[in-house]
Amino acid sequence: MATSHAHDQDHDDHHHDHPPSGLMRWVKTTNHKDIGTLYLWFAFMMFFAGGLLAMGIRAELMKPGIQFLEPEMFNSFSTIHALVMIFGAIMPAFVGFANWQVPLMIGAPDMAFARMNNWSFWLLPPAAILLFGSFFVPGGAASSGWTLYPPLVIQGGMAVDMTILAIHIMGASSIMGSINIITTILNMRTPSMTLMKMPMFVWTWLITAYLLIAVMPVLAGAVTMLLTDRHFGTHFFNAAGGGDPTMFLHIFWFFGHPEVYIMILPAFGIVSQIIPTFARKPLFGYASMVYATASIAILSFIVWGHHMFTVGMPAAGNLFFMYATMLIAVPTGVKVFNWIATMWKGSMTFETPMLFAVGFVFLFTIGGFSGLVLAITPVDIVLHNTYYVVAHFHYVLFSGAAMAIMGGVYYWLPKWTGHMYDETLGKWHFWLTSIFFNVCFFPQHFLGLAGMPRRYADYALQFSDWNWWSSMGAFGLGLSQLLFLYVVLKCVRGGKKAEARSWEGAEGLEWTIPSPAPYHTFETPPLVK
Amino acid sequence: MGLHNIKSTLAGIAFAVASMASHAAYDYDLPVPGTQLTRDIYGLHVLIMWVCVVIFVVVFGFMLVSIFKHRKSVGHKAAHFHENTTVEILWTIIPFLILAGIAYPATKSVLSMKNTTSPDITIKATGYQWRWEYDYLADGVKFISALATPYEQVMSQAEKGEHYLQEVTNPMVVPVGKKIRVVITSGDVIHGFYVPQLGVNQYGIPGFIKDAWFNIDQPGTYRGYCSQICGKEHAYMPIVVEAKSEADYAEWIQKQKAALEPAPAAAPAPAPAAEAKPAAPAAETKQ
Repeated sequence: MATSHAHDQDHDDHHHDHPPSGLMRWVKTTNHKDIGTLYLWFAFMMFFAGGLLAMGIRAELMKPGIQFLEPEMFNSFSTIHALVMIFGAIMPAFVGFANWQVPLMIGAPDMAFARMNNWSFWLLPPAAILLFGSFFVPGGAASSGWTLYPPLVIQGGMAVDMTILAIHIMGASSIMGSINIITTILNMRTPSMTLMKMPMFVWTWLITAYLLIAVMPVLAGAVTMLLTDRHFGTHFFNAAGGGDPTMFLHIFWFFGHPEVYIMILPAFGIVSQIIPTFARKPLFGYASMVYATASIAILSFIVWGHHMFTVGMPAAGNLFFMYATMLIAVPTGVKVFNWIATMWKGSMTFETPMLFAVGFVFLFTIGGFSGLVLAITPVDIVLHNTYYVVAHFHYVLFSGAAMAIMGGVYYWLPKWTGHMYDETLGKWHFWLTSIFFNVCFFPQHFLGLAGMPRRYADYALQFSDWNWWSSMGAFGLGLSQLLFLYVVLKCVRGGKKAEARSWEGAEGLEWTIPSPAPYHTFETPPLVK
Repeated sequence: MGLHNIKSTLAGIAFAVASMASHAAYDYDLPVPGTQLTRDIYGLHVLIMWVCVVIFVVVFGFMLVSIFKHRKSVGHKAAHFHENTTVEILWTIIPFLILAGIAYPATKSVLSMKNTTSPDITIKATGYQWRWEYDYLADGVKFISALATPYEQVMSQAEKGEHYLQEVTNPMVVPVGKKIRVVITSGDVIHGFYVPQLGVNQYGIPGFIKDAWFNIDQPGTYRGYCSQICGKEHAYMPIVVEAKSEADYAEWIQKQKAALEPAPAAAPAPAPAAEAKPAAPAAETKQ
């Protein structure tokens, strides 16, 4: 049946084989590859924009005292840095990967809802304009930290409303993207691909998409309550009217903790594709990998309280969230062990994607360890809202999510562009990134242990030396990413011709089609062994 | 038990290093504990760190061996195994047991931390943008504690002093060896009452009363911060707790109380008392 269906469409599709040209191609496109490219470039731009804000933060913190940013502006920088990196860079980058790779990896011709796909991308630029535009309205951008805790956020100016609207829009985009991904994965797999034959990346995205659908509406609800508290006389979070600020924290983190896994599970997926390829050995413990991912996703709904050990929950609450949080270390450990067992007795080569994947396993695990330290309630009490937490989440979000994204970009660039990237420069990019990343963020563990609170524009003198190092690392890290941009551009424009199977050990449907991937692929469902 | 010996030895070494380095700018460890609870927390942290270090060395030892031995460039041929139920069960169960081992002392600390019953003294700390107010509930003594660092130092127009951003007009004064319960709230937005050496980090939430406690071993000055972002001067509302001997504390509190008496000929009152009179929320001036 599938064959005859594909045949019917044959002459319909032939004249579409070359994409339309001009700007309108990108505005009107419903092609999953075009939309994937849009997502990835958008994420790349946001990565640089958010990075620029980070440079501002680190410039101010290079020395004690106020030098470059007044405290209010400093707070705006850190707030918008976080929102842009989370909602503008990391999440869209993963959706970009999903758009490009999910149909290619499951042998589907496109995403299930092609037009909605276009819409969910084009919602993002207006949200980004709202976020950055809010710097120029009276009172400046939102400055309450990205967590938007009331009552502080209630005091903010119209920028807060713009931020809330931006979150609504980005949330809608994420939900649409997730519906699309789930529908595509569940309904459009090539018939011979059973669920337990799906590539790990597809599995992690399937689970992530469910997480997104579960929690984005919760965030939307929370920020809507902020909006009505601000303008329409409700008192959800105002004690004087019978509300409770703590309730916002609970709702926010009920979204916020699954959000953390939304940003790391697809990274697990990318790494689980890269390591077997370059170890030339199948992924170890595929089934346990799937179960571990699902366990992490389920546990992520019952650990939110560890973000708020300091709000004064009763002992039973603190203990529950401590135990639940510690439990997450078990499936996460399983994943790390599986990756290492995949490498074990392989035949490894270390091209740039593999370097990033190994770097990911190593550095993400450090972030996992500091996460375990922070899970222990009494220890968290002395580290809560210090730079230890900042170090922890940059180890999981930068050397975790962002470095997996970089590895994934190098891994699939040959498939996307038809050219091999410059291997030497790619390796330089990896080493510069990892070294500067550690110079930037490792000392922040020390700062946090010594008690330096986060979101401080200015600090006591005992923190000066590590802050100076951290800033130097940050500047190096920021500059190194220009090299990344250069390598990607160079690869888009030319380079050694990539073969269909761009990597010797690569397995999977995406490597059975030519490089660059034709505009339309898998019009006939392929056979999976 | 061996682990305990190792743990206490290492904690001892860490202490020695920490106290050597406590005035160096390269602080890298938890501050020297000021209470029994923070000593427990310090020990817990050392324990977890060593658990992490051991796991790290073992796991990445395997990875490192693999990276050097199982590479194509040295001619290693790939094996084709991809599961091993025994190993997979082991590396699920062992971490679970290790976690249970950590959870036990951690639970004891949580229970002790949350036990704010039968305090000797209760002090109410109220956060305002951007200062603290301390109210000695039993004695009726109440004063504002604001940043004492001059603005010129912030703007680098004057040399920064030793306690830059860690000095206040009127510190919270407490006796050593007493269970001090701090009830914490806020007059405007959420603040965080955070004194690392005392193991206290508790949000002050407007409209609600939360509490924490400490019992300080040694007289001295313990410096802390506001730990929850509260607006532009979030970094400029430090906490200073001065622990005095019981006798010195009794003398101090008497002085504060005496200053409260309506004395017609106002003798030169000590600074804290002068601050004690105005109702706090009115003190909304820019510092």
